[in-house]
Amino acid sequence: MSVIFTKSVTGRRGVKLPNSDVPTTGTVPREFERKTPLELCELSELDVVRHFTELSTRNVGIDSTFYPLGSCTMKYNPKATEAVAGMHGFAHLHPFLPQLRHGGSLVQGALRVLYELEHHLAEITGMHAITLQPLAGAHGELTGMMLIAAYHRDKGNKKTEVLIPDEAHGTNPSSAAIGGYSVRPVPTNPETGMLDLKALEDMIGEQTAAVMLTNPNTLGIFNSQIQKITEIAHRYDAQVYYDGANLNAILGRFRPGDAGFDVVHINLHKTFATPHGGGGPGAGPVGVREHLTDYLPISRVIKRDDNSYALNYDFPKSIGYIAPFYGNFLICLRAYAYILLLGAEGLKDVSSHAVLNANYLKQKLSTHFDVAVQHTCMHEFVLTAQRQAKAGASALNIAKAIIDAGFHPPTVYFPLIVKEALMIEPTETESKQTLDAFADALIDIAERAAVDPAFLHNAPTTTPVSRPDEVKAARNMDIAFQG
Amino acid sequence: MSFLPHTDDERRQMLEVCGIPNMESLFADIPKDLSPASFDLPKGKSEMEVLTTFQALAEKNYSHLVNFLGGGFYDHFVPTAVDAITSRSEFYTAYTPYQPELSQGTLQAIYEFQTDICRLLDMDAANGSVYDGGTALYEACQMALNATKRERIVLDGGVNPVYRKMLTSYTANLDIQFTTVPVSHGHSDRDQIFAAIDENTAAVIVQNPSFFGVMDDHSDIVEHCHKHGVLVIQCVYPVAMALLTTPGEIGVDIAVGEGQSLGIPLAFGGPYLGFMATTKKLVRRMPGRIAGRTVDRNGKEAFVLTLQAREQHIRREKATSNICTNQGLCALRAHAYLSLMGREGLREVAQLCMDKRAYAGERLNAIPGVELMTHSPTFNELTIRLPADAGEITGAMVERGFAPGLPLGRFYPGMENYLLVAVTEKRTKHEIGLLAETLEAVLCQ
Repeated sequence: MSVIFTKSVTGRRGVKLPNSDVPTTGTVPREFERKTPLELCELSELDVVRHFTELSTRNVGIDSTFYPLGSCTMKYNPKATEAVAGMHGFAHLHPFLPQLRHGGSLVQGALRVLYELEHHLAEITGMHAITLQPLAGAHGELTGMMLIAAYHRDKGNKKTEVLIPDEAHGTNPSSAAIGGYSVRPVPTNPETGMLDLKALEDMIGEQTAAVMLTNPNTLGIFNSQIQKITEIAHRYDAQVYYDGANLNAILGRFRPGDAGFDVVHINLHKTFATPHGGGGPGAGPVGVREHLTDYLPISRVIKRDDNSYALNYDFPKSIGYIAPFYGNFLICLRAYAYILLLGAEGLKDVSSHAVLNANYLKQKLSTHFDVAVQHTCMHEFVLTAQRQAKAGASALNIAKAIIDAGFHPPTVYFPLIVKEALMIEPTETESKQTLDAFADALIDIAERAAVDPAFLHNAPTTTPVSRPDEVKAARNMDIAFQG
Repeated sequence: MSFLPHTDDERRQMLEVCGIPNMESLFADIPKDLSPASFDLPKGKSEMEVLTTFQALAEKNYSHLVNFLGGGFYDHFVPTAVDAITSRSEFYTAYTPYQPELSQGTLQAIYEFQTDICRLLDMDAANGSVYDGGTALYEACQMALNATKRERIVLDGGVNPVYRKMLTSYTANLDIQFTTVPVSHGHSDRDQIFAAIDENTAAVIVQNPSFFGVMDDHSDIVEHCHKHGVLVIQCVYPVAMALLTTPGEIGVDIAVGEGQSLGIPLAFGGPYLGFMATTKKLVRRMPGRIAGRTVDRNGKEAFVLTLQAREQHIRREKATSNICTNQGLCALRAHAYLSLMGREGLREVAQLCMDKRAYAGERLNAIPGVELMTHSPTFNELTIRLPADAGEITGAMVERGFAPGLPLGRFYPGMENYLLVAVTEKRTKHEIGLLAETLEAVLCQ
């Protein structure tokens, strides 16, 4: 479909603004004036609404179909939490209001949301304190690295590197590097799918600032030796970081704080069902054990003796500002509403059913696909399509065929340590019927691929476009419309 | 409330297929001694109860004060159609467009958003957004440091103090030095900025309009910097760009800013939208998602994420940035807003802001004891000096229904008596008049 700029008609208007009611005219002195034409669209409201509605028909979300994108926890986003985020008292609240005299009293509802959510997330993760400020999962990781760096700096520790399993999300090594550390990958034992403990012991030392782990890891395996790992790390005063990307598997069953993790980040857009927004905004709150509390970003929300709430900036050891204000507030608000809807039992049920759905689907698919690690999985599992790829049906081709079957494909080619990986995370909100239909479709693809893999190469045929040329995109670099 | 579809029968059947005796056994890998020490959370509630709870909490917030707060975050009008468009769940329940065939809507919208930003700022290339304006500024610093292989940044005091604080914390563990140059009457102080530049300076950061609302033309700073191999990063207010000199016009290398004013609600601080734009020369150093236009295998126009070789999921610890997602839905809002407003609409918004700021300036300046900090032209904000502590006065104004502006003492020590007043197209003549009358009454007490 045409880009919106080609639909522009000179002189057409989409919004009428009120006439100026003031007697004065503000003028821009000539030397500060814009001299180039402002080439924005000129369209009616209907033109714009039709354009975006057509765009939306060329998009698929969780509300459209099953979206088992591994590692992304694409669960249903309840509509009630959207309604809460739209309430005037939250959506139109200026973040500088607390800067006015007695300003905290003007935002008591909002501060209470932040305080209570911090409290609940601390309880869920077993951590001492939480900051809601990180604006995304990767931002939480970076915040975690900054907290760890501040701790080591304060103690006079000379630390240079962070150890990260080779199966980790790409953001882990990247965040550690941006945080100022060098990164060393720790191998995974291919049999167990768990971190190679011996390798860790060989690599760790006084230079180790932190060990970053995801548990369950990206293979969907829960590492039962987790306490051993945190013990080893703490011998060297290395801080152990918990990537909470996979928290959806373990609500009410395991708390990173109980196993000795020092820092945790939580992806509210995964476990706590806030919408992914087509790639953001999310939120990545960070939890810490007591010894790191003083370093948390400012401001922090406190509860006074009279049960009122206030913002406090007086934490001299704090790493400072990592966000302009108090985090992605409307995302935090949705997550808090989700927690209140589900409650303790509901959250426990989330995890047990996420794990049940994953194991059920794994079982159904294991007749036709090889599973990367033969073990009870948690909320997700990884298949390898190496067998199919040899016959011409690579993971990519299978993913494209899944599109024609009416589903969003799983994550492909991740984790990097599994060849031809298909990483599947069904989430708890999907029904048995959906899982059965998806399994049938995948099995049908596998069976057809065994006979005639070529059919996969034409997929997808049901979408507006098919296999865009990414090489040409990178070479020609058309990233803004000219004309 | 539960969003689980499973019936008891189905659960039983599924466990049977898995060969697992009961739900508890699914967690057999978790050592017994690691069962949670506690899991003390409230009991779940119905949707009706939860909506009532939140309505009550929302009502405890003073979102109805007549709002003259700005400081980089503004109360602009948002056309209803923006909400209608972004409420389509095909957009908001999707994720990063890893599968382009199922994400042409998101991808084309990002491409069009990038085009909006390029056109608004007269720059060659923009990304699909980052978390917020402060993050955009930090990422711009990283681009400049990497491009020049230098380690110092000169920071104009007119740059939003919130962003300056963010830069300091972000870089505490890195070998980067910031030198902050105080403003002179709300203006970038050329002499001091030039004096602060040395052979190890990667970039100078300026802001237009400055935090105090003062308009500037930084072309002389750009010229001087480029002579010394120093890049210029300019932080801009996108609505003002409809009328003011653009970064592209004066040769700025990296332009960034906060996109909240483009159709995104104030929302007590987020989610917001950081935009970034740069030159052809630096585009491959720019972080964040970028959508590109290409063709599919049948020669049809198609959109994809491009230049991914810069990003963390490919490059891991060698990536240009650790940022994974953009602010997809906020970028969509900004694109819908700019499409609805269009060329004339955005110019009118900017003009109304200026008209009303001019009127507010006249009215406030006429109050005995109140003085404008500067008579230099400002866009939609003005800084006034009050005869007493601005914080005290804001307290009295709040009681009378106004959020009269931002007291500057906490951000600029020594400016305890100063108030930064923002005026948008939403403020009426009547409200501005009442602000002035009420302030005068408060000061007379």
